[in-house]
Amino acid sequence: MKLLKQVAIIFSICWVSEIVEQLLPFSFPASVIGMILLFVFLLSGGLKIAHIQEKSDFLLSNMAFFFIPAGVSVMNYFDVLKSSALPLLLVCVLTTVITFAATAGGVKLTLCLMQQKRKKK
Amino acid sequence: MLELTASPFFGIALSIIAFFIGEKIQKKTGFAICNPLIIAIVLVIAVLSIFGISYESYNVGGTIINMFLAPATACLAVSVYTKIQILKENWLPIVVGCTVGSLASMGSAYLLCHLFGLDDAVVVSMIPKSVTTPIAVGISTSHGGIASITVVAVIFTGIFGNIAAPFLIRLFRVKDAMTAGLSIGACSHAVGTSKAIELGETEGAMSGLAIGVCGIITVLFSLFLH
Repeated sequence: MKLLKQVAIIFSICWVSEIVEQLLPFSFPASVIGMILLFVFLLSGGLKIAHIQEKSDFLLSNMAFFFIPAGVSVMNYFDVLKSSALPLLLVCVLTTVITFAATAGGVKLTLCLMQQKRKKK
Repeated sequence: MLELTASPFFGIALSIIAFFIGEKIQKKTGFAICNPLIIAIVLVIAVLSIFGISYESYNVGGTIINMFLAPATACLAVSVYTKIQILKENWLPIVVGCTVGSLASMGSAYLLCHLFGLDDAVVVSMIPKSVTTPIAVGISTSHGGIASITVVAVIFTGIFGNIAAPFLIRLFRVKDAMTAGLSIGACSHAVGTSKAIELGETEGAMSGLAIGVCGIITVLFSLFLH
């Protein structure tokens, strides 16, 4: 029963977030709305981690598994991908390096500015 | 033959067995390239092609597994919530770093895809590829992208980030653990985070936080996609 309650809580949040998605005037993924709702509930104290611990551990620790069907559907797109496999690979590699450099730069600059501000005080 | 495989139990059982084998291989070899998800996807596709089973039959069970994606994404809130103290103490560098990183990721993916002359649907599928799979798939499909291309791109990005992380840290002369962790998480989500955890406790926690923060920021920026 404990686990059923946890499933009920999480599935209800997902259901509400699907309704919210349809009401929003712009496209915003329902799963992320669910994440924000759950976060707000936890912050407000209305919901405790203990209320959903086992279910969320199960979902988080098996996250990768749930993507298998989505990944397998790539077999329906082999034709699209065959012609552009190399550019797609290059895009992945290059953007990863660029993103790493940009994030590192942003954090370094912020830390540096914060330190200078502290020195002035 | 087709009658036998059209049951939802077939697709679910096949996926679980494939994933189990993937995890075994990952544990044995320890290589990031032996990602359990990739191995499982390859195994399932191999079984379907060898036995001439259609994707539609497999997907009778597949849609049931798919249903768990939304609840699993919602639970990412739990992992951010447990790190709320670190987030409060370092919110400024975290938010700035993740914002710059997310913008750079989406912008560079957009520009490079156009440079290579890829289809619009493929471009949309590639734009959110640096964030965690559930969020990336959500963004991609709600803007007309192809979920499976996003999944493959996200996993490949994660694996590359995982392998390249130590080299990138040296290349960009990152000396501090927080910067390293945030950069790894921003460019290669959970797969990269597993490397960050190996590098150190601060690196791991920061990388984990960057997954959630970058995810939200990327969703916000994607509202401007048309």
